[in-house]
Formats: sequence, C-alpha cells, structure tokens
Amino acid sequence: MPYLGGEEAVKELRRALSNPHVQADHLRYRNTILKVIRVMSQGVDVAGLFSEMVKACATVDVVQKKLVYVFLCSYASLNPELSLLVINTLRKDCQDPNPMVRSLALRNMTNLRLPSLVEYVEQPLMAGLRDRAACVRRVAVLGWAKLHNLQPHSDIDAAVVNELYSMLRDGDPVVMVNCLRALEEMLKEEGGVAVNKAIAYHLLNRLKECDVWGQCEVLRVLQRYRPQTEEELFDILSLLDPSLLSPHVPVMAATLGLFLSLCSPGLPAVSMAALERTQGPLLAACGSASQEMKFTALCHIQLLLRSLPGLMGAHYKRFFCGYAEPAYIKQRKMQVLVELVNDDNVGLVLDELKGYCTDVSPNTAQAAISAIGRIGRSYSDRCLEILTGLLGLKQEHITSVVVQTMQDLVWVCPQCSDSVCEALGGCEDTLQDSQGRQALLWLLGVHGERVSGAPYVLEAFVEQVRSELSAGVKTELLSATMRVFLCRPAEMQDTLGRLLHYCIEEETDMCVRDQALLYYRLLHCGIEETHAVLQGRRSDPSLGVLIGRPAEPVSQWASSFNTLEPLRQGHAGTHSAAQGAPNHVILNPKPKSVSLLLPAPYAGLLAPCSGGSQLSLSLSPALKPEEFECLWLGGLQDPHAERGKEEILESVRVSFVPHHSSPRGLQAALKLVNIQTMAFTPPHTLPWRVYLYTHTRWKSPIPSPPCEDTQTLVLGELLYTGRESGRVEDKDEKREGGEQKKGGSEEGRVKVTVKQQPRDDEAMRGFLLVLNATLHTVSSS
Amino acid sequence: MISQLFILSSKGDHLIYKDFRGEAGKDAVTVFYEKVTALTGDQPPVVMSHKDLHFVHIRQGGLYWVVTTTADASPFTIVEFLNRLTTLIKDYCGSLSEKSVRMNFALIYELLDEVVDNGYIQTTSTDILKNFIQTEAVSSKPFSLFDLSNVGLFGAETQQSKVAPSAAATRPIMSSRGEQGGKSEIFVDVVERMSVVIGSNGVLMKVDVEGEIRVKCYMPSCLEMRIGLNEEFSIGKSQLRGYGAAVRVDECSFHQAVKLDEFDQYRILKVCPSQGEHVVMQYQLSDELPSAPPFRLFPTIERDNGGRLLMYLKLRCDLHPKSSAINVSVTVPVPKGSLSLSQELSSPDQTAELRPQTRAVHWDIPRFPGGAQLSALFKLEVPGLSSASMMEVGPVGLSFELPKYTCTGLQIRFLRLTPVQPGSSQRWVRYVTHSDSYTIRI
Repeated sequence: MPYLGGEEAVKELRRALSNPHVQADHLRYRNTILKVIRVMSQGVDVAGLFSEMVKACATVDVVQKKLVYVFLCSYASLNPELSLLVINTLRKDCQDPNPMVRSLALRNMTNLRLPSLVEYVEQPLMAGLRDRAACVRRVAVLGWAKLHNLQPHSDIDAAVVNELYSMLRDGDPVVMVNCLRALEEMLKEEGGVAVNKAIAYHLLNRLKECDVWGQCEVLRVLQRYRPQTEEELFDILSLLDPSLLSPHVPVMAATLGLFLSLCSPGLPAVSMAALERTQGPLLAACGSASQEMKFTALCHIQLLLRSLPGLMGAHYKRFFCGYAEPAYIKQRKMQVLVELVNDDNVGLVLDELKGYCTDVSPNTAQAAISAIGRIGRSYSDRCLEILTGLLGLKQEHITSVVVQTMQDLVWVCPQCSDSVCEALGGCEDTLQDSQGRQALLWLLGVHGERVSGAPYVLEAFVEQVRSELSAGVKTELLSATMRVFLCRPAEMQDTLGRLLHYCIEEETDMCVRDQALLYYRLLHCGIEETHAVLQGRRSDPSLGVLIGRPAEPVSQWASSFNTLEPLRQGHAGTHSAAQGAPNHVILNPKPKSVSLLLPAPYAGLLAPCSGGSQLSLSLSPALKPEEFECLWLGGLQDPHAERGKEEILESVRVSFVPHHSSPRGLQAALKLVNIQTMAFTPPHTLPWRVYLYTHTRWKSPIPSPPCEDTQTLVLGELLYTGRESGRVEDKDEKREGGEQKKGGSEEGRVKVTVKQQPRDDEAMRGFLLVLNATLHTVSSS
Repeated sequence: MISQLFILSSKGDHLIYKDFRGEAGKDAVTVFYEKVTALTGDQPPVVMSHKDLHFVHIRQGGLYWVVTTTADASPFTIVEFLNRLTTLIKDYCGSLSEKSVRMNFALIYELLDEVVDNGYIQTTSTDILKNFIQTEAVSSKPFSLFDLSNVGLFGAETQQSKVAPSAAATRPIMSSRGEQGGKSEIFVDVVERMSVVIGSNGVLMKVDVEGEIRVKCYMPSCLEMRIGLNEEFSIGKSQLRGYGAAVRVDECSFHQAVKLDEFDQYRILKVCPSQGEHVVMQYQLSDELPSAPPFRLFPTIERDNGGRLLMYLKLRCDLHPKSSAINVSVTVPVPKGSLSLSQELSSPDQTAELRPQTRAVHWDIPRFPGGAQLSALFKLEVPGLSSASMMEVGPVGLSFELPKYTCTGLQIRFLRLTPVQPGSSQRWVRYVTHSDSYTIRI
C-alpha cells in the first residue's frame, strides 16, 4: 500500500538524515533511520536514500547498525557501486572483539547478494569458519552456501568443501546442522552431501543435542543413507524409535518419513508398525489449538488410512467436528469419518453427520450429505432414512445434493431404488440448480414406471423448456422423456411430441438438437429398436464392491509424506470426482501419486527392450475420468493428426475370455503392474470393453539425472466382440491421432487399441508385453 | 527451507516483509493476498501455490503469517515454526496484534534476522536469542478498565495480594530496563480445552480434554523450578495411584527440557525456565470425565398454532457453587427464514439476539454461578414453518470459560524456585478451562 505522499516523505527523510544536528544526537539519528525502515516496509520506494544510509552505517550503536543493514540488504542490488563503500565498514566489523558484531557483519556481508563483492567476502568468511565464537561459525558456514548461490556456475573450492565436511564434527550442534545445509546446497549437482556410514553414525549420535529444527534437518538428510546390512538397519531403527513418539510433531513426522524410506523396499511390516505407533502423536496434533496444525495432521492421517484402512477406528470420535471449526477442517474430518465407519459405530457416526446436514454453511452441509451417501453404499437403509428426512426441509441446496447423492446410491445399490422412488415426489419444486435437476431427471427416466407422478413432473419440465438455460438439463430431459414414454406411452405421447418438436425446430444448441433428431429417427425404426437402444442398465452392483478399496502399499504415498502435496486442494477434490454421473463407470476415485517399479516377474520381460535401462509403469499423475474421456476422444477427432505415425504391432495370441474371470480379479491384476482400469462394461455383455491407462518411464539401473527421464502417457481399450459376431480380434496400436486396424480371425482374442503421447516405440512394446503377460496370467488362473 | 516470510494485516497491508534467499520477487505478497481473498468457503487455505511459489500461512492475532517455500518442505515444520514465531513475537512485544507488530517492526526484523538465516531456522529459544536482541519493545498497552474486569481469573499462593492484574502476563519479557524493571515474576498456567458432545437424551457421547501447563517466566536468572502436581495423578488406564478419586489422563508428554527423575515417585516436574512462554507439559483425556459435564440443557421446542416456534431452554450449571463460568454464549441454530425473535430472559444482564447470517439465536450470559439454573423463552416468527423444519433447530453450541477450574482435576501443589529468589519475586498459578466445542443435541 504505497503512501500517496511517498515522494514528499523521502525528501523529508533525506533532509533529516543529512542534517548534522541529527547526526550528532545519536537517539535522533536512530529514530530517523527507524522512520526510513518503517516507510520501507510499508512499500514505499526509498532507494534514493542509499548514500545517506551508507554513511549511517559507520556507528558504534549496534541497534542502529542492524537497522541500516536491513535497509542495505533490501536495496544493495540496485546500487552495486555505492555498496562497495559499505564493504570496508563490514570488513572492519569482522575484526571486532564482540562476537555479536562479527556475526552481524558477516551475515550482512553475504546478504548483500552482489556478485561483484565476492572477492572481498571470501577472506573474512574463511576466517569466520575458524572463529572462536559458535555464532560466528554458524553464520560463516551458511555464508558459503550464499556465495555459491550467487555464482551457481563457478567451480566449488574443494578446500571449502573439505573444511565444511570436517566441521560436521564441530562442538556446536547448530554449526553441524548448518554444515549439512550448506553442503546440500553447494553439492546439489552431485546429489547433495555424501552420507557414508561414519557420517550417518555421527549424525545419529548427536541427534539428541540438536533442537527441534535441527533434528528435522538431520533426519531428512539421513533419508539418503542406505544401511549395508539388515542388522545395521535395525540398529538405526531402534535408535530412532523413541522419536516416533516425540511430543514435537515435526520431529515425529520427520522420523516417520525416515522410517518409511528405510523400510519401504523390503520391510512393509516394519513400516506398518511405525504407522501404528505414530497414531497417538498424530491424533494429539489433530486436537491442537492451531487450526493449521490440525489441518496438516488430518491430511496426513488420510494418507495413512490409505494403507491401514482401519487404523484409527477406535478413535473415530476424535474426528467429530467442533461447531466453531472452519469449513475446510470440518470437510476433512468428515472424509476421515467415512473411512472409519464400521458395524459398531455406524449409528453414532450417522447421528453426528446428520447434525452437520443443516449447517449454516452450504458447503459443510453438502459435504455431510455426500458423506452420508458414501456410507450408504454399505449401510443403505439407515442412510436413506436420513436422506429422505432431509428432503422434507425443502431447502434448495440440501435437496439438490440429496437428489444427486441418491442418484449415485441407486446406481451402486439397486436395492435402494424403491425407497428412492417413493421419496422423489415433490422435489421438483425445490430444485433450482442444473446439477440437481439433471439428477432428478435421470432418476425419473430410469425408474419412471415406479414413480407414479413421473409423467406430470416431466410435463411440467417440458412446458418450461423454452426458458431453460442449461443444455445438460435439456439432454437429460430428452432421455428421461423417451424412457418414460417406452414404459408409459399413453401418458407420455403428447409430452414427448411437444418436446421433440421444440428441440428439433427451435432449439439452438446443436447437441440437444442432434440428440432429439436421433431419438426421432430411432422412433421411426420401430419400438423394438428404440427399446434396445434406450433400456440400458439401471445400476451396476459390481461397482459397490469395487469401491471398497483394498489397502495400498505404503510405497504408493511414502514419497509425498511430510511434503506440501497432501495438503493441496486437488487432493481433496478426488472426493467429488466419485460422485459424477453414473453414466461413466468410475473406478478407484483416489489418484495415485507415486510411481512404482514393476514387480520382479515382469521386470524381466522388459530387460531386452532397451539396453540396460528398465521400463517402469506408474499411475502418477493420476488421470480423472473426464480427462481420460477428453484425451481418448480428442485423439480421434484431432484434425492435425500425423498420419505417418501409425504402426501395427504383431498380434499377440491371448486366448483371454473375459467371461471366465471376474472384473475385480482383472482390475486387481492390472493394478499390480500399475495399469489403472478406468471403466469397464459388466461381464456377459457384448461387446465387452475395458478402458485403462498408465504412464511409462525409463529407469536406468544407475540413478540418472531427471532430464533423461522420458515419460509417456498410454491410454488403452480392450475390446472383446465375442466368438459369434465380428471375429475381428486382433492386436492393434493407434498413435495419438492415427488409427489402423488389422483383421484377424482367431478365436477368443481381445483387441487392444492403444494411444500414446508422446510416441515411444520401445515403451509401447514394453507396455504391451506387460499387458499381455497380465492378461495371460489372469485367463490361465 | 523458507524463501520469504511476511506478515500482512487482515486488510492486506504489508507489516513485515523479509526475503531470506532472494529467489522470488516481492510481488509474491500481492499474489498471496489476491489468492487468499479469492478463496471460497470450502477451499483449504493453509497451502496455496502459484506457479512455483508455494505459500504456507497461518492466522494468528488477526494477521496473516506467510512463508513461501519449496514443494518438498515439511508442512509440520513450517506450521510449527510459524506458531512458534508468533509466541516469540508475543513474548517480545507483549501482545499479538496489528498495532503491536506495527510499533515493534524494528524488533521483529531483528528477531527474524537471528531466527532464520538463508532460509534455515537457526534457533527459536529465548535463552539464546536474548543475547542478541538489542531493540527494546514498545508496549502498546494503554491502561484500560476492561483489563481489570476478569481479575477473578487468578488463583493461589502469593505473598502480598491474592490476585494479579490480568495485564501482568501480557508485557514484553525484555522490559527489565523499563519502569517495571526488577519485578521478577513467574506465571504457571494450567489451561484445558474441552470438546464435548451430549446426546439428546442427556448422555455424554464424546469428551476430549486437551490440557497443557504453560510457564511464562520474566525472571532473568532462575536455576531450577520444581512444579508439584497432584500426588494421585496417573497416566493411562491401568495405572492408579493413591486412594480416592484419582486424577487421570490418557496421554502425557513433556517439553524436552523437563527433568522427570522425581516424576514417577513424587509427581514433581523439574524445569529450568528460560524467559518467555513455554509449554512444559501437554496431556489428553478422552471418553470420560472425573466429574459431571459443566452444563446441561433441558430444551422444550414446539410449534404453536399461529405458526410460531417456541423454544423454552433451561440451562443448568453443574459446577461447584463456589466456582462459576464466565462469558457463556449459547448458540441455537433456528430454521431458515426466521424473521423476528421475542425473548424472556431471567435476568437483565443476559442478552439474546437473532443473527440471520449465522441463522442462529445467540444467548449471552456474562456470569453463570455453579449450581444455578437459568431459563429463557424464545418465540420465533418463521413463515412456512413445517414439522420438517424442526430438524434445523439444534444442535446447540456453547462457548464459555471456567476460571479457577480444571476438568481433569489437575492441580499444582507447590512451586519452588532454587536458589530462593530475593523478596521481589512473585509466583502465580492460574487455572482455566475453555470450551473448544461444547455441543448439546436436541
């Protein structure tokens, strides 16, 4: 917020600073400098006072010195020439008998951030490393890191690096930790400070001397250390064990992070035990007085629950919301509560959630209603009772979410449909937003024969179609009217006729018009055909089982533990992705954010693909169903496709008959090799389809810099058309933008269509090998 | 690693800005403020990103305390650091507000300079910092009669008078050179926060008590302090000590500077307090309370013939008659569209009003003695009141403060300083219980 009179104020200050009377009286002088800093931190540009301030620097008053340094460090980069004048004062201060003055001078000398001054700074910094006072050594050590940042491309002085390594043995713990920090920065290109056995043990032994912040830093650096023997590993783990219960949450989190990185490859049981031990401190952090700390702990508990689903089951009451808590904490708590529901506590949890449904904040109320809907997948009767009760409130935002939740619930649990149909009457008057109305129309269309008033509700909608703005509602209305027409033609004929007439003749939105035309022509083909097209499935009970996620291995999320990642907005958004329209079968709502190397049996398959380096598949970054759809369809319609990129792979003989294996088994098997199933048609339907995706990435056995990491996104479709029909089962590959098919005539084979972006033949071959092997395993077992 | 740190007022004024690494531009402040004000209600605000800038912030004292950092930074460390920084600044400036930060900006810059170097946290201990900090705090506390209104807050053993003015603990620790100099005091506070859910049938559904012992020390030199807790204090479910009613907590953790060699036998904590405020011990108790919950509500809610909503609330305070609750505020959510409120309260110092933006009736009781029962009758005009609308009434939330009371029963038996301080030293022990969240379902 710059002051309007900024110019005037600067002039005034300059006059005061150069006034000899002010300079003589050191209290007045200090006060004037204070004013300069005050104006500066309010955002006024006071760079013009630089030369006056340089003069003020030469003083014995430490407070004044500190103030002037604050100013100089902010503006030095604008006045490199004038800053040279300060260097002399600073160098003189480095010789001062008072260690505080020495450290102050040294710190600010390096904070000026002027590459031209480096030659003057090096000598005092070297002397600072050997200073008697620890506070000077602390500053000097970090000073080298600052110098390196100023000239990142210059050579590193090996003598300094050696000196810093030897100073890891310094008596002062802060100096030791600062050495680690400085070395990390200076040796970034070599992968940071080298932690060998001697250093690791030294750091572990001195951990107790450090304060909280130092301990966190040391534990983070130790993550890179790989113990040679199992015995050594367990020695380290038992040494660190007490820190898992540290009352300081940062230390606890850093220790757990180290545990996970040490145990993740081979010792899943140990990391599970560590997770269980930390639940106490994490729960305590959830009850912290600081809302931000609460939030951080909650987000990390969600991570833990991915691997240990029942972890905090006994403590579910800790996640009841306080009435004065901010909405974002309440929502996280509800997400955790949903995960912790079991037969014993479901009643109490639902009672609690019911109380939130009428919360004054619509966001909280809606989150509570969706939470009840999610619990409804396992405990449908109790939840439906609550949801139906909420409809009685006749409040717009509540009714809308309740209807959407019911739509999801009916799709997953067909047994609910009767009670839902009973509850629907009368909602149409309350609903205002388009999502709620779409959900209602979908329900009416699919279960029209059981809702007695359905034709009248639809008629009312049709009458108002002219003033309807949302195209989504219009298309949903078209489908619903058609579906109800099929089961109750007498009541609907007139309404349908009017709707089709309006949509074809007057509608301006092309999608709506096209859909109406499609239905119109369909009706011309005869009622049988129309039935066949429109009477799709009404529910997908197989989904209900798939939604209960199996426990993930810890390594899926270990690398994002104790980083900002779990706290991000996008992470929370996954919850809403799960409640999309049931037209898309959505599996596994949680995104995977960690890549995994292939399990050993498949890794071997890939070895010959590329000399020495290894292909890995990973699920990160996760793809949302909408993104998948967009990429899949977008590729097909892309007019700028390069035709030259098409390629056909050899057809692989997979006698995979999907009807012999359960969809769950297939999904689990693909998951094992890091291929994510997006959607599939239920078994025993023809044609049978599965959509899937993965990311391929090359990994050489030696850790290579990330620039060599090439990653491609692979989208795939498995298509099985059955023996009797097409007999076009072949393996085919389609690049981004191109498509080519090759007919085959062998029996019981699945056609694979693949899109890749960007193109990488080797990776594609590797992917197909893995897919093939997996399908083979599934069908043979 | 901390790249920048800044403190903004709630209106977005720049109060403090410090760039530790010179990696990001100064426009980060503006970017942050734009992002934080554009957040909608349900978006979590703690972490925000803009290109490769990552903001972590907390809100304390009505101010934004913001850090920009890298994506792989530990959120626990940064949030804890920001919280610690606010207590440090509170220690040095006396109180935490926009005004005190504005007045003490030079001191805060000096502190930041010592606390963080090149983006790495160096130390947050007042013992080390006091050797470096030269600027004196400017106290922003004008004399106010309101400060004396809560004098009843303070307990036990003092030499001259029974109570200390409440402003005594909100002065800067470094003002020893000022006119208050020479007054070496130590405050030991036992602060508990309770969160309770009581079912509609009066059954206690959930209790959580989070407690801590805070020591605020103004003494320049104190070698050792011994804090004696109740002898029958026990930790965990199995361990029971002494006879009669035990004082029990589920979990308990101590500051790393606390020596526990006499704790197992005599329940004595030994600390060498450094200047400023520190949490010496934290404890939790869940699922049970040694005594009855402090408040119970007996509501009668009905619709009358004219479509009005009648709420008759009887609120009973089950504390010991000698103690009392202060600043009690009862929040009753009411149906949407409630128009007007008519009220009958039992005494003139109570107030009640209908706030449409929170859709609730707020009933404030400044002082509520133990064992008393208060009642209130509210009549609400609600157009289109239906039986379903009754679902919107409740749950009732209470917020209150219980001075001189701990719900776990934890007491401090004695407080001894070694070496014995000269006459001017004063020791204060205070107890208070706050309601974190006290919900009664209807």
